[in-house]
Order: sequence, then structure tokens, then C-alpha cells
Amino acid sequence: MAFPERANAHELIKGLWITFKSMFEKPVTIQYPEVKRPVKARFRGRHVLNRYENGLEKCIGCALCAAACPANAIFVEASENTDDERYAPGERYASTYEINLLRCIYCGFCEDSCPTEAITLEDNYELSFDSRFGAIYTKERLLVPVPENGKPTPQAVQPGIFTRSVPVMADPVD
Amino acid sequence: MEPALIIEWIIKSVIILLIGVIGTFYGTLFERKVLARIQVRIGPNRAGPAGIFQPVADGIKLIFKEELIPAQADKLMFILAPIITVLPALIIWAVIPWGSQIVIAGREIKLYLADVNIGVLYLTAVASIAVYGIVIAGWSSNNKYALLGGLRSSAQMVSYELALGLSLIGPIMLTGSMSLVDIVEAQSKVWYVIPQFVAFIIFIITGLAEINRSPFDMPEAEQELTAGYHAEYSGMKYALFMMAEYIKMIVISAIAATLFLGGYRLPFIDIPAFLEPLVFFIKILILLYSIVWVRATFPRFRYDRLMAFGWKILLPLSLANVFVTAIILVLKG
Ligand code: SF4
Ligand code: SF4
Repeated sequence: MAFPERANAHELIKGLWITFKSMFEKPVTIQYPEVKRPVKARFRGRHVLNRYENGLEKCIGCALCAAACPANAIFVEASENTDDERYAPGERYASTYEINLLRCIYCGFCEDSCPTEAITLEDNYELSFDSRFGAIYTKERLLVPVPENGKPTPQAVQPGIFTRSVPVMADPVD
Repeated sequence: MEPALIIEWIIKSVIILLIGVIGTFYGTLFERKVLARIQVRIGPNRAGPAGIFQPVADGIKLIFKEELIPAQADKLMFILAPIITVLPALIIWAVIPWGSQIVIAGREIKLYLADVNIGVLYLTAVASIAVYGIVIAGWSSNNKYALLGGLRSSAQMVSYELALGLSLIGPIMLTGSMSLVDIVEAQSKVWYVIPQFVAFIIFIITGLAEINRSPFDMPEAEQELTAGYHAEYSGMKYALFMMAEYIKMIVISAIAATLFLGGYRLPFIDIPAFLEPLVFFIKILILLYSIVWVRATFPRFRYDRLMAFGWKILLPLSLANVFVTAIILVLKG
């Protein structure tokens, strides 16, 4: 007969036995809002704008990230630093920095292109917005808090110290 | 007719309807839980402890959904179809015995609505009405997928109902009666699943096909037909289809338990009458579990194989079973 050439009873019973056994295995479910799985080291979640230890912002407003972004998600506007109102080392800082997270594809090109390691993609993946404007992360929302022994920006500093925009950096490790 | 009898019947009918509704509610939860465990998951556990309010949440959600009727649909038939599907599934309970009889306030109450002497015939007759609902739903939706679902359903029913009916003949011949109560009482020594094992297997397979459960869920194949005959239904009308499906699942389990697994009786030991519904319930639960288990295990049949299987294997097998049973009965005298 045409039909049961492969579906013989033995195989059917074997299949039933396998599903029956799997009922007694420990569930693999992770109870999400209560239990969170740690992300991998290279995970690309929401961006943050980093600061130096003294509290100065790393971002120098060069807009290389905006140029590199394939999704056109970043908007940067730079302004001049002065020694009385210093936001970042060097000449300029980003006075406006916006990322539209609805456009972002989390490719990490912004991170790669940044000369000062100012923007990095971190672990936060719990992104939900209740409006389209809520999806635009402004500089205030992206900036990390001021480190412990740093001062908030703008800082008044001695002239002639922060002349260099891009710091001397070691090769990245991960 | 005395008024007390009418009241008794009304109460029994209400209980049966409640069983239908609550059975659907908790049938869904049961199925989701078992499926989840088989797939090494936990299943619904958010609404209430261990998810026991999940069906309530689902029900409330469905009530508030928009009731959509397609512009080109045949309105009357479209609305009628879910009702035609769900009614047979409910009234079929009338003949299924939950127990023998109990005495409440000096009154003997039989634990079934009606003991008709053509019980089995009633089952098959009513069960096949439900397919009209599905066909009408498919036709009136004016949607090619729904229509295909309805067509498949009727074709499937035609080819499996014969074998289904024949598999019921075994127990009938052994008992010599079509009354379900008689059939249960006749199984007090040995369950019919032992002398009629082939019939039992055929009944389970064709029963699955009859209620469109996987691996025979061709009429609502999600992948090919986008939910088939109820593709156009939403809100409570969709809920009625779901309800019909789950009640039919429970009914098929109940019939299998009644005809082959001794119904509300345990072999050899006599149990008090008020425990009989519990025994019956546990048997239904085990059968329901197997239905879900089968769903979790087997992929859907290909349509031509489904047909070939029904006509070329199940039908001859069930005929042979009837034949052999008859010969043995005659030889034994
Ligand atoms: S991760 Fe990619 S898409 Fe997102 S802002 Fe950076 S460069 Fe643009
Ligand atoms: S984040 Fe980096 S690349 Fe983008 S503007 Fe700031 S310094 Fe330039």
C-alpha cells in the first residue's frame, strides 16, 4: 500500500516516547522581568555618551558618528569650548546630540568611528517608547552620570591644560 | 409530568452547559500547559497563581474585540455558522452518563440527562452536524482560504466518519444494546478496550479527524490556510469556534471513555455513586492529555495521504474488525 511506507508504528511510538520524556525535563524558560540573562561582552544595546574621570565629556562634536551611521539616526551640532565653560577637552563639544532609536539598527558603526570612544553601545535592551519623540534620545538622556571625583560640565578650568581633543589611547581589548 | 422532574432536567442541562463553558476555559489552559511542558517550557503563569486566570483574561479580551463581518460575506450564514458548530457539541452531552444514580433528599437522581436506547446513533448523528457549521463558515466568509478549509473539513468527515461509525459497532455488538448506560454497565468486568483494541485505536484516530485536531487539522491548517474556515471570524464568534473545538475534544474523550474504558466504573471494585463522576472525569483527563500529547508529537498529514489513510487502511480495518467480532460472537454462541 502506498501510505505507510515510512510512518510505521514503531517510529510513531518512538516519537510519542520522546515527547513524553521531555515533559519531565527542567524547563528552559527564563522568567524574564524577574530574571534577566546577562548579555554577551560585545552585545550592542542602547548607546551612552561617556565621560572622562574628571567629568569632562568625551564627545568632541566631530560628527564622524553621524557620517558613519548607515541609518542616519544621529544628529550632532558642535559648539566652541572655552576655558571658563568647558564641556570637553579641545576646541569643540557637542551642544546637541540626538539619536533616533527608531531609526537605529544597532550596527555599532558610530562606536567604531568615534575617535575618542565617546559613544558606546551598552547593555540596555529594554527600549520601549510611548511616542515617536520619546524614541529620540537627547544628549541629557545619553550622557552617563558624572563620575565620583569628577565635576559636572561645564567646568571652569585653568587655561592651557585641555588643548588636545583626541586623547592618547591604547588599542581596545574586546 | 411532575414539576420536580422538569426542575431536575433544567438543573442537569445547566450543569452540562457549565461543563461546556468551563471545560473550554480550562481545556485551553490544560492544553497550553501540557504543550509547554512537552516543549520544555513553563506555559502561562502570569494571570493568577500558575496562570489559572489566563482563560478568564483570554475570554475578556475576546469579548472586547471588534466583531468583523466581511463586506461580501453572506451575513445570516456567517453569523449562524459558529452557532451551528457549537450547539451539537453541547447537546451531545445529553446522552453521556456521568454516573449511575445518587439519592439527594430522598429522590433518586440519575447522573445523565437521557438514557435513549439509540444513544450511540444519537452520538454519531449529532457529531456530524457540527461539520455543517464549518462548511457554512467557510462558504459564507467569501474567502478562498476559508472555503478551502470548509471543503477539506467536509471531505475529511466523509472519509473518516464511516470508519468512526464502524468502530462503534464493536462495543454495540458485545453489549447488544445501543444505550450508553447499558454499554457502561456491561463493562463492569472487562473494559472493551481489551477485546476491541483495534476499534479503540480506530476510534481515537477517526475521532481526532472528526474534531479536526492535529495531526488531522487540515481545515484550519495555519501554515497553508491561515486558520482555514475561521480565518474571517473575530471576537465572540471566533470564541464560539474555539469553544466548539474544545468541547468536541472533551466529548470525544468522554465517548472513548464511555465506550472503551468502562465509563464511570472501575473494574472489579464497586465505588460509591457520588465518586463515579470523578472516575469518569479522570478518564476524560487522561484521554485529553493523550490528544494534546499527539498534537505535540506528530506533524500534520499531507492531504492526499490523509485521504488514502482513511479509505485504504482505516475503512477496511474497521470493516474487518466488525466482521471478526461478529464471527467470534457467533462461535461463542
Ligand atoms: S548603531 Fe549604527 S545605526 Fe545606530 S546610531 Fe550607531 S551607526 Fe547609526
Ligand atoms: S560621539 Fe564620537 S564620533 Fe560622534 S560626534 Fe562625538 S566624538 Fe565625534
